Amino acid sequence: MVCDNCRERDSVLKLVQVIDGTPKELHLCERCAAEKGVESAVAAPSPAIGELLQKVQQQLLVGAGGGGTGAGDAAAASARDAVRCTFCSATLADFRSTGRLGCPHCYEAFEGSLRELLRRVHGNARHTGRVYMPPRAETADHGGSLGELRDRLKRAIEAEQFELAADIRDRIRVLE
Amino acid sequence: MPLDLSLLPDGGVIWMDASGEHSDIVLSTRIRLARNIEGYAFTGRARDGERLRVLAQVRDAATQVPALAHNVFVRVDELPATDRLLLHERHLVSKELAGLDAQHPVRSGAAVFLGPDVGVMVNEEDHLRLQSLRSGFALPAAFEAVQQLDRELGARVPYAVHPEFGFLTACPTNTGTGMRASVLIHLPGLVLTKEMGKVLAGLQQMGLTYRGLYGEGSDVVGNFFQISNQTTLGRSEDELLQQLLVVVRRVIASEEDARRILLRDAGYIIEDKVWRAYGTLRYAHSLTFDEAMNFLSGVRLAVGLKLISGLSVYTLNKLLIFSQSAHLSRAEGRALTESEANLVRARYVRHTLAQEAGAP
Ligand SMILES: [Zn+2]
Ligand SMILES: [Zn+2]
Repeated sequence: MVCDNCRERDSVLKLVQVIDGTPKELHLCERCAAEKGVESAVAAPSPAIGELLQKVQQQLLVGAGGGGTGAGDAAAASARDAVRCTFCSATLADFRSTGRLGCPHCYEAFEGSLRELLRRVHGNARHTGRVYMPPRAETADHGGSLGELRDRLKRAIEAEQFELAADIRDRIRVLE
Repeated sequence: MPLDLSLLPDGGVIWMDASGEHSDIVLSTRIRLARNIEGYAFTGRARDGERLRVLAQVRDAATQVPALAHNVFVRVDELPATDRLLLHERHLVSKELAGLDAQHPVRSGAAVFLGPDVGVMVNEEDHLRLQSLRSGFALPAAFEAVQQLDRELGARVPYAVHPEFGFLTACPTNTGTGMRASVLIHLPGLVLTKEMGKVLAGLQQMGLTYRGLYGEGSDVVGNFFQISNQTTLGRSEDELLQQLLVVVRRVIASEEDARRILLRDAGYIIEDKVWRAYGTLRYAHSLTFDEAMNFLSGVRLAVGLKLISGLSVYTLNKLLIFSQSAHLSRAEGRALTESEANLVRARYVRHTLAQEAGAP
């Protein structure tokens, strides 16, 4: 059955909404369900996040570009997309397609875009909850263990990030 | 190694023992905290070896975490699909961790620490999903338990945090506190009096979200709703909990009002409806899961209204869980076709209700 909202994708769940006292059945696809705030049992709203990110990026471009040409915008957008997280080699384009970040360091790599995205998702981008201090010694230990560096190296090579790969290889040599 | 849930207190279903505040209306309270460990890619991007190292690090730390002292450790990735489904039906692991749909097969390193009060899923979408599941309406108790676990585990494993954004998660919808608190609530009165629409709209205005409880299709069945906080960033854990607490109390009060109105204005209709539901469950010879859920909803309402006596909420809760297909297969000791499952389900429900009624 096709989705009642977009009429494009297959519906994956039926939502019974009571509108003005009458229950109404809505058959929704994963994406439309996510947009309606229904977490389906199958997966969380990943594509919706990707689309939201796209809007955020457009807004940031308009803000930064000062009314630049379309071509300039496109160039700036692809430049932004080319930025890679140095830890996991993920790009904003990866995030947009999966709706998931690659690793904790992605939050630093894409900080500007994410701050705006978080503001839109939560209404606020500043954490005011539990303050946490990680256990120090362990962080240092695990920040660069051999196995971990090898994983980073493989990911960097897969992403054709050869300069980064060379750096990581150097650090592995030191540890070996 | 086959999964032995008898190692768990009450087979891991103590969360539905019907203790706790308003347990005829609120089935259970769940709070989960999403955490990731510094130094690894998030689960979805991690390599097999990386996930296994995450698991090893957590297992190692867990031996020194008092909150996990009575937990049973299960390698979900080493279980056959039937056992993974069983854990999921018991609400002990998420669908994602259990790897139940074809697009998301079970990941290497997927594991869970199961316990009476708290549990930890490892290598779910986030490295760690700490959770507390309680019977009835028990937000403060559930939070206290999961917070204790969070403190103890976080002192031994370095969580990934950002000075501005708080706890970092794979999906930005969980960033900040990483907390999702939810209450599974039965609202037949509001549905029957057609007040549900207003309630749901009100929830969304308050920054809360809801979803139905899905049957074997993806239909919302049995008038069960799950209400939870929608945002996780910008407000503290206490503020988020307090808001959910206040709103759920209001929803419970509205449900009680609706039930009073139903009894007053349509008493005989309601009585007829719930006794028909009871009659069907008590005597039917084939029941689909969705049918069973809907009739159980009617009987649950009757017990709440004291129209049917001698039937405990605990029994009704058990019927909800144990009439799911993986549980029926487990009880029969073999795989069941859908029509076989319907027969076995009806027999199980019949026997349970007859026993409770003291009939032979
Ligand atoms: Zn759609
Ligand atoms: Zn990254």
